[in-house]
Amino acid sequence: MLKTFKMGGVHPAENKLSAGKAIEKLPLPKTVSIPVAQHIGAPATVVVKRGDEVKVGTVIAQSSGFVSTNIHSSVSGKVAKIDDVMDASGYKKKAVVISVEGDEWEQGIDTSDTLIKETHLDAKEINAKILAAGIVGLGGATFPTHVKLSPPPGMTAEVLLINGVECEPYLTSDHRLMLEKTAEIIVGTKLLMKSLGVNKAVIGIENNKPDAITRMKDFTANEPEITVQPLKVKYPQGGEKQLIKAVTGKEVPSGALPIAVGAVVNNVGTAFAVYEAVMKNKPLIERVVTVTGKSVKEPSNLMVRVGTPVTELVEAAGGMPEDTGKVISGGPMMGRALTTLEVPVTKGTSGILLIRNEESKRSEMEPCIRCGKCVNVCPMGLEPFLLMTMSEKKLWERSEDRHVMDCIECGSCSFTCPSNRPLLDYIRLGKGTVGKLIRARKSQN
Amino acid sequence: MNKLLTVSPSPHVKGDESIRKIMYGVVLAMLPAFAMSAMFFGWNSVKVTLIAVAASVFFEYVIQKYIMKVKPTVDDGSAIVTGILLAFNVPVGLPVWLIILGALVAIGVGKMSFGGLGQNPFNPALVGRVFLLISFPVQMTTWAPNKLAADGFSGATPLGLLKEGLKSGKTISEITSQLPSHFDLFWGNMSGSLGEISAVALLLGGLYMLWKKIITWHTPIAVLGTVFIFEGILWLANPERFMDPMFHLFTGGVMLGAIFMATDMVSSPMTHVGQLIFGIGIGIITVLIRNFGAYPEGISFAILIMNAFTPLINAYVKPARFGRIA
Amino acid sequence: MSITLIYTVVVLSTIGIVSAIILYYVSQKFKVHEDPRIDQIEEALPSANCGGCGYAGCRAFAEACVAENELSALFCPVGGNDCMSEIAGILGLEAVQKAPKVAVLRCNGTCEHRPKTNAFDGAKSCASASSLYSGETGCAFGCLGYGDCVDVCDFDALHMNTETGLPEVDDEKCVACGACVDACPKDLFELRKKMPKDRKIYVACRNEDKGAAAKKSCEVACIGCGKCVKECPFEAITMDNNLAFIDSDKCKLCRKCVAVCPTGAIIEENFPPRKIKTEEIAEPTSAGPDSTDKA
Repeated sequence: MLKTFKMGGVHPAENKLSAGKAIEKLPLPKTVSIPVAQHIGAPATVVVKRGDEVKVGTVIAQSSGFVSTNIHSSVSGKVAKIDDVMDASGYKKKAVVISVEGDEWEQGIDTSDTLIKETHLDAKEINAKILAAGIVGLGGATFPTHVKLSPPPGMTAEVLLINGVECEPYLTSDHRLMLEKTAEIIVGTKLLMKSLGVNKAVIGIENNKPDAITRMKDFTANEPEITVQPLKVKYPQGGEKQLIKAVTGKEVPSGALPIAVGAVVNNVGTAFAVYEAVMKNKPLIERVVTVTGKSVKEPSNLMVRVGTPVTELVEAAGGMPEDTGKVISGGPMMGRALTTLEVPVTKGTSGILLIRNEESKRSEMEPCIRCGKCVNVCPMGLEPFLLMTMSEKKLWERSEDRHVMDCIECGSCSFTCPSNRPLLDYIRLGKGTVGKLIRARKSQN
Repeated sequence: MNKLLTVSPSPHVKGDESIRKIMYGVVLAMLPAFAMSAMFFGWNSVKVTLIAVAASVFFEYVIQKYIMKVKPTVDDGSAIVTGILLAFNVPVGLPVWLIILGALVAIGVGKMSFGGLGQNPFNPALVGRVFLLISFPVQMTTWAPNKLAADGFSGATPLGLLKEGLKSGKTISEITSQLPSHFDLFWGNMSGSLGEISAVALLLGGLYMLWKKIITWHTPIAVLGTVFIFEGILWLANPERFMDPMFHLFTGGVMLGAIFMATDMVSSPMTHVGQLIFGIGIGIITVLIRNFGAYPEGISFAILIMNAFTPLINAYVKPARFGRIA
Repeated sequence: MSITLIYTVVVLSTIGIVSAIILYYVSQKFKVHEDPRIDQIEEALPSANCGGCGYAGCRAFAEACVAENELSALFCPVGGNDCMSEIAGILGLEAVQKAPKVAVLRCNGTCEHRPKTNAFDGAKSCASASSLYSGETGCAFGCLGYGDCVDVCDFDALHMNTETGLPEVDDEKCVACGACVDACPKDLFELRKKMPKDRKIYVACRNEDKGAAAKKSCEVACIGCGKCVKECPFEAITMDNNLAFIDSDKCKLCRKCVAVCPTGAIIEENFPPRKIKTEEIAEPTSAGPDSTDKA
């Protein structure tokens, strides 16, 4: 019996074009631009200057607060400049630009493939290593992992959920990681369990990855504390609240964090990165990125160093197809459209999707026919048609009352609307404005 | 690359829902009833339907282009649906000028005066139909003979016969002998408006719409279920005063109303629970009018009354929120 | 005259008279005593209810005037000095005269000057697009052109010029209520002091990038060279973050800065053409903001 979340959800076409392609290492680029703001929270503070020599794993920017983390050089070479560089956010951000020379790694980093299963480190030490390695949530949210593993006082974690769902169409990096680095992911899961102090972990995998489910089940056959839970294919099953609901049956209360129901969710990529950080002393300097699209010659899963320009990835996948209209960083439901390919890959880049011209443009908006489909598909039980109208009419207080801040921006509403209404655009505007009002109200009190 | 990349907010893919698909799906669902009406009434039913559709489309186009000064949207199919539904709600012998007048009121008053598609609080076809019924009661209750019905069933509709019979003091058993059998009623061998008489054809259309996810079961089942239950209670209480519930389900406009008119998205509630409340309200009012009111049929009025309650239902019946703090 | 008719008339008249008496006494007993000056001031106000004064509508402003009993902090931009004089008269106070202002768009990044680097296909709303990314051009500070300002103007003073892609202010109609200032997510509107003959001199740019980057995105960007600051005899120009700013209170409209600006970022409006010594013909400068004058 497949579990799932009950409310809402849609079924976009899966298009997992690169599911059968093994992960390949992308050759090193000539320069990398590593932004200092690759995570939620305060951007890291730069600790290198122009002309400095760096190796792979050298700390180039340090964590600047509790919700912040370190940034490491992903290449060896010389710091060319510290400049504002256009990144996937659509705005220019500060980045460290390094010209690549060779591939020298910092001392202490174990670059071999040997599997290391055991460690004598305790929970605090594991957490410290995770912070030192600059690990953030690799599912795309890039929340600093060491913060997630430190529950606020009064709250305890009961179960660790590993997110192997990958519900976005086209993306296959988690899928390949589960097939090729299975043992490492399991070790990483156990490290996370130790750090959190829980003795139960569930790995959620959508049912369109039967090979991954089988393989993960085989590797956890002798681990009674870790179970593999296949899940019904429905977007957005990979959203952490939906995953928690499907696996544990509990709903995270509005405005609260998953820890409120005793759950902590981490992506399989994060689990792998934790393994590398704790067991191999390797900081987060590379990740698997899926390069895909219907016209792409060779849809691939590439192991890419952070800071590599996206142009290199597209070249490796067979070059930019002639009929490309849009380039997305991430998946088609929640990813960001890029203005140019000259942006660097960051810790949160899960995929590069090239969309054809004919699928790039939106259709003209028509009036709302009050069909209620948006209400039916919203996984958070909101009323998207109403929230859009409130944003259009600038009724921010009423928007807050109708729980606009609960929206997880999954895009199911805009996806479904028969009138092509840009529901999510206006809901996002509402969230931004209401968020500002809430912060202003808090700072006044 | 000289071409500029397109940038827009997520999501970057779109499902295949569209207004056109919904509207033309409804038109397809109405085909069985249309075919049956042609069988029962001949070319006249085709004529009435075509005139109603043409008039609706024409008025919508003219009003949008010359009065509202917006781009005409007649190709989205909603005027066609209104036209067919209006035709289904009138007797097949209705004079042409009345059909056109009905279309003008349905589209002009029922839909365009509120701002066009998506803005009307009332079902436009019903607005047109009720206008015609109240302003031209004689023409709207002159029934043409049903070609396939047995002799003696031309003239009044079963509900009309029932009302008249009860008024003149007859008992149910006496009236029943004059009425078609339940099978005849289900199939459609009786008098009535163009599209309302064949329950089986309407049910087929309803099943098609359910399959294509154009409607959900909530409104139709709520309406039909409520009518069945309340009529059943009345019948059990006094079988000589009230007809049995199956009779009520198959006669008059209940089938057509429950499946095609009450499910009009624009004028019905957005949430499933809201739709159930909506349907139950329609059912109760219909039962009241049919059994205790002056008119033999009450579904049109019931739907219009409940349409007026839809904004209230929408305001108070909110979807269950994820993670609401109890 | 049937008896029914007489009865009807008598009964209805009695009901009417009794109701009138009850209503009169109730209205007297529950009367809200309001300062009559509030009504008088409200009469004097233009009834635009635009919120430019900072209050929720004209009545609220009238109430504030009476409550404060002091007009130094209160000003109705739509009614202007005449209106404030009248209000001062009603309250028996000194009239406060403020310099009239007008809204100015500090951006000249037209489609010609500022090439597009991508094509936006989202909802045409400046607020929405601004939160998504930096815009269709290389300049992250410039006008997006989707007209949030035009939508919000109550006085029909803003219109989008479809050729240039920028909104244009109608000096006659603008009352400097400030709605466009609030609406623009890029902070491009400024309420500047209104000069005689609607003349204006201002830096039509908000770009804070370094000179080379700014110039690459837009031909008429301010590159932060500082020539205008040196040239100004009245110290009206300041430089901050690679961007010059002309203080409209200090500016005497001498036009020296316009002449030295290398990119044409400084705009002069509604001036007669200059007398030129060279053979080059200058373009007339009485046109809108997208013409430049380099003598």
